[in-house]
Amino acid sequence: MSPMNAVIRRELQGYFSTPIAYVFIVIFLILSGVFAFYLGGLYERNQADLAPFFGFHPWLYLFLVPAVSMRMWSEERRSGNIELLMTLPVSQKDLVLGKFFSSWIFVGIALFLTFPIWISINYLGEPDNGMIFASYIGSFLLAGAFLAIGSCISVASKNQVIAFILTAVICFVFLLAGLPLVLDFFSSWMPQFMVDAIASTSFLSHFGSINKGVLDLGDLVYFVMVIGVWLYATSVLLDIKKAD
Amino acid sequence: MIECKNLSKRFNQFVAVDDLSFVANKGEVLGFLGPNGAGKSTTMKMITGFLQPTSGSVNVCGIDLFENPIAVKQKIGYLPEGAPSYDEMKVCDFIRFIARMRGIDKNQINTKVDEVVDRINLAKVYYQRIETLSKGFKRRVGLAQAIIHNPEVLILDEPTDGLDPNQKHDVRELITSMAKDKTIIISTHILEEVHAVCDRAVIIADGKIVADNTPGELENMSRFHNAVTFDANIDFSLLDEIKNLSCVRDVEFDSKKSKTTVFPAQGIYIFDEISDFLKQHNISVTRLTMEAGRLDEVFRSITLENKEVA
Repeated sequence: MSPMNAVIRRELQGYFSTPIAYVFIVIFLILSGVFAFYLGGLYERNQADLAPFFGFHPWLYLFLVPAVSMRMWSEERRSGNIELLMTLPVSQKDLVLGKFFSSWIFVGIALFLTFPIWISINYLGEPDNGMIFASYIGSFLLAGAFLAIGSCISVASKNQVIAFILTAVICFVFLLAGLPLVLDFFSSWMPQFMVDAIASTSFLSHFGSINKGVLDLGDLVYFVMVIGVWLYATSVLLDIKKAD
Repeated sequence: MIECKNLSKRFNQFVAVDDLSFVANKGEVLGFLGPNGAGKSTTMKMITGFLQPTSGSVNVCGIDLFENPIAVKQKIGYLPEGAPSYDEMKVCDFIRFIARMRGIDKNQINTKVDEVVDRINLAKVYYQRIETLSKGFKRRVGLAQAIIHNPEVLILDEPTDGLDPNQKHDVRELITSMAKDKTIIISTHILEEVHAVCDRAVIIADGKIVADNTPGELENMSRFHNAVTFDANIDFSLLDEIKNLSCVRDVEFDSKKSKTTVFPAQGIYIFDEISDFLKQHNISVTRLTMEAGRLDEVFRSITLENKEVA
């Protein structure tokens, strides 16, 4: 077994041997259903699609994903395990990727368990299943981007609460980068092209376009790049912070 | 074999390790001694590849650490200070995880794990969560993960710290039993341990090596080396007479315990002289012993002396 697989396996074991996994999955399933039916009016709007369901995912992820990612590295640093991990004959890349993938797989499992809603909508009408599939991909990628941010922040702080809050705030900023709420803050003192650049990093707009059923390569590449950049930052920060 | 050359580590302004050079050979148990904060752990963290030295080089079994860190890490078994492990894991899962991370072949994992569990006596807690274990068992789990791949080099940071005397004894026996075909470095500030397990003691103070000797040689440096102690009611005039013997440097008298310690000149053997002297003067002695030397006293004098110079 490659070291990365060993890390993934251990991390997944770690999630499921503590209540974190079950609490996360149950809350995620309940809230995603409640939001879709009560706030999104999935049933009342008489349309056979899951737009109201997926529309709330970014907001659910905003406070649930940091709860998954906050202990990823901060716990290792606090317990001193990081010294053990980093003196094993394993590259740092394997550790960073292994931990990230296991958290991504974990959120993926939670996302997969929402399949009853997909069955229901197919029972009620004739939805565009291609579009639903695209939305699932989009939701999964968005969760990945949040987790990558969370991974980096959890290296930065030994304190899980701080890691949670910082991750949520940074994810929030990235999520809304295209909206006036965030842009107004920058537009007063930044040149227009930089403001446009910030606007184009908005998770919400990329997620939205995938949600419309358009699996554009650009959006995919965008999310993969975001994940790559934040994981690289994780690795760099690990070198600086591991000994503190 | 471990070879460190001019190893230094600075954290901002603070010099943790200052130009350290030493060689540890196969079959040798090297003890790192020193006060807390002397740089023992930092040195170990550099040898194991956890910390990047500010300058200097480390060579383990002929491989340069900075050219091929993964290959060096493969050769080393390491017990970090406090024996960290995953609290929520079971002992068996944790050891298996380390075995996988060390790239042990899938078919061999079971035998290797069984071997190490047998050797470290972990069978009783094999299916227990690590967080439920006593300190002694946690330390043993840490040792098990360090030796699962039968490494050529073992680096143990305070392996017996916080254990009860029986557990200390067990750990020391284990170290001694593995010493023959490995290079072992242990750090400690328990001086009796040096005697119990180490072939050589390196004393570190303020990041520098201040002594590198066998435990015996260190004892020879003690002013108590070959000193003679006896318990008897003795006249002060006779004490003065002993003090004036040519082979004696000094005499200390503890009136509370009526214990007298006679220090020899230049550490020579004076046991016979003193015992003859006492017989001649018909002094009834309840106890008469010769000391090998006191490591704690040597340790104190070396490490404090260094501080005063600095």
